[in-house]
Amino acid sequence: MKHSRSVTALGAAIAFALSVPALADVTVGITVSATGPAASLGIPQKNTIELLPASIGGEKVKWILLDDASDTTKAVTNARKLVTEDKVDVIIGSSTTPNSLAMREVAADTGTPMISLAASAAIINPTDPKTRWVFKTPQNDALMADAVAISMKANGVKTMGYIGFADAYGDGWLAEMKRSAQTAGIKIVAEEKYNRNDPSVTGQALKLIAANPDAILIGAAGTPGATPQKELAARGYKGKIYQTHGVGNPDFLRVVGKDGNGTLLPVGPMLVYEQLPDSNAVKKTAADYVTKYEQKFGTRTTFGGHLWDAYLLLAQAVPEALKKAKPGSPQFRTALRDALEGANVVGVHGVFVINANDHNGLDNRARVMVRIDDGKWALLK
Amino acid sequence: MDLTIAALLTQDGITNGAIYALLALALVLVFTVTRIVWVPSGEFVAWGTLTLAGLQLGKAPGIVGLLVGMAAVAGAMEAWRCLRAGEARRLPRRLALWSGVPFAIAALIWWLAPMLLPLPVQVLLTLAAVTALGPLLYRVAYQPLAEASVLVLLIVSVALHFAMLGFGLWFFGAEGSRTPAFSTASFAVGGINVSVQSLLVVGTSVGLIGALALFFGRTLYGKALRATAVNRAGARLCGISPEFAGALTFALAALLCAFCGVLIGPITTVYYDSGFLVSLKGFVGAIIGGLSSYPIAAAGALLVGLIESFSSFWASAFKEVIVFTLIIPVLLWRSLTTHHHEDEE
Repeated sequence: MKHSRSVTALGAAIAFALSVPALADVTVGITVSATGPAASLGIPQKNTIELLPASIGGEKVKWILLDDASDTTKAVTNARKLVTEDKVDVIIGSSTTPNSLAMREVAADTGTPMISLAASAAIINPTDPKTRWVFKTPQNDALMADAVAISMKANGVKTMGYIGFADAYGDGWLAEMKRSAQTAGIKIVAEEKYNRNDPSVTGQALKLIAANPDAILIGAAGTPGATPQKELAARGYKGKIYQTHGVGNPDFLRVVGKDGNGTLLPVGPMLVYEQLPDSNAVKKTAADYVTKYEQKFGTRTTFGGHLWDAYLLLAQAVPEALKKAKPGSPQFRTALRDALEGANVVGVHGVFVINANDHNGLDNRARVMVRIDDGKWALLK
Repeated sequence: MDLTIAALLTQDGITNGAIYALLALALVLVFTVTRIVWVPSGEFVAWGTLTLAGLQLGKAPGIVGLLVGMAAVAGAMEAWRCLRAGEARRLPRRLALWSGVPFAIAALIWWLAPMLLPLPVQVLLTLAAVTALGPLLYRVAYQPLAEASVLVLLIVSVALHFAMLGFGLWFFGAEGSRTPAFSTASFAVGGINVSVQSLLVVGTSVGLIGALALFFGRTLYGKALRATAVNRAGARLCGISPEFAGALTFALAALLCAFCGVLIGPITTVYYDSGFLVSLKGFVGAIIGGLSSYPIAAAGALLVGLIESFSSFWASAFKEVIVFTLIIPVLLWRSLTTHHHEDEE
């Protein structure tokens, strides 16, 4: 039976040869909303993946990208597939809050760290077994809402109106803004909702103008944020208009045109890194990412930056975890989670100081106020 | 709410209603002649706006490539059919119609797009490109199944809707576009501002509806379509080709949708997936007309526009709920008042 024994040995050798590098590679599963209604967020994130390096800390990294089509069910399916079939060590995604909220179950069930690219603080709060494995890179709504309230107060705004998406994004912003406005002593006199695809927001605009607030905040993401703004301009609204960081992309500037002049909004510092003082810690990392991105894909958007930040977190956490365990094992995933929880990283959107109670870790350095001047973002000092 | 606001809301409602009315007419037209519930009509609307926006930037939009591809497929299908039926001598004419004309339109757009011609020329190019896609879609996707049941045709429509949605994202990207207003002027009537833009929208819609009425009432082709709508088999016996009727219907419907797209572009930001919701509202209008009556469908669409406008003022969070709930009492009323007879299928 010599022959069969050598075949077995050969088989074992092949299996060994195949399995060893696979075990040693760090596998990162990414699901973003590259199609569907949230595609304007997911596409720059998908682009950013092409800029990621092939290794971290001398260890080969396999990036696996899936598209969840902005669909919550699909996002969960993707997360399960990444964990069970691809045996990933960490999941990055998804682009939207509802998708990320749903994916937390998978992360917690399977003990896989997850880094969300969506805005709402609800993804990581409160700290409990479910959110133990979940981190997020974008700024919390609360951080940005505070910036809006501070700016309004400085501009002498006493009353404000709100018009936002009739979805999780718009509702989340309204809730945070109510809290921030109350702290700043600003009264919200009108609340309106609209949908991304509405052919007209005339009714809402008229109602807002009838309430005559000093300022109006538009809680929308991407180009749809231009719809109420253009309508308010057309109806002769003279007060200040505020937008959220969700509109921080060049397409918004293109669509809003000259009606956007004078609009104020809080954004991640990456968007205007050239205008930051050299002492700002973020300037260098942002310049690095934006240069790489713009060489390949054209104008920057803040959304791609969130994925780059997720990579920067891993760039620090993976070498830490490698000291403790081999990739592909539950021990490695736990070590990675622990390393992420202690991360102290300068990202493109701010400085992440993550601890057990704050799985986002961004502070005031992660926001700057900008004004739109003739189709450009101008940093307010 | 005072009178000024009411007047402004009414104006807004009528403007949107006029656009929905065009869509409702397109849907009724397609359904009566071909029994197809034309779900992808919304994509034609969005493509109308986005193609025009692309031409504004001096780019030949991606749908030109699709036009060429579909024309090639349609040409191949025609060639196969003619050769199999032994009618080779009819082939050149058919190829010229199914492949030649779309190729010519595509070439024209490729040639003219970088020249940044004046807006009316760009509008004409847009209308030509989107309209040409209508009959091609019918020829490639629907005509081989023309005798299938309404349900099968509906499922094909849904599939096409998703396919076109994907193509739309590919061609135009995820972000929306607007087209410049045809006119920014406005004038006061009794203290209320009326914008020339909304007058243009309503005027164009009324004009198109009038032209359609003339077409169906006075011309031989129009009458042929009406005959097909009343009785397909009978019309066929009288020498009206159902294939020709289908292609003509889709050309007209696509033209109406392209007009909607051009008209809606300056009013709102349009995305690759905006069309579906717009067409759904046109569909509510068409349902009010029982998918058969043109005047009631147009009136229903106008009603949808007005309800939408006023509910966006009173209860903006529930606007869509209110608009689409409208369909329930309408269906109740229709099922109680119309005498229902089973289809032969």
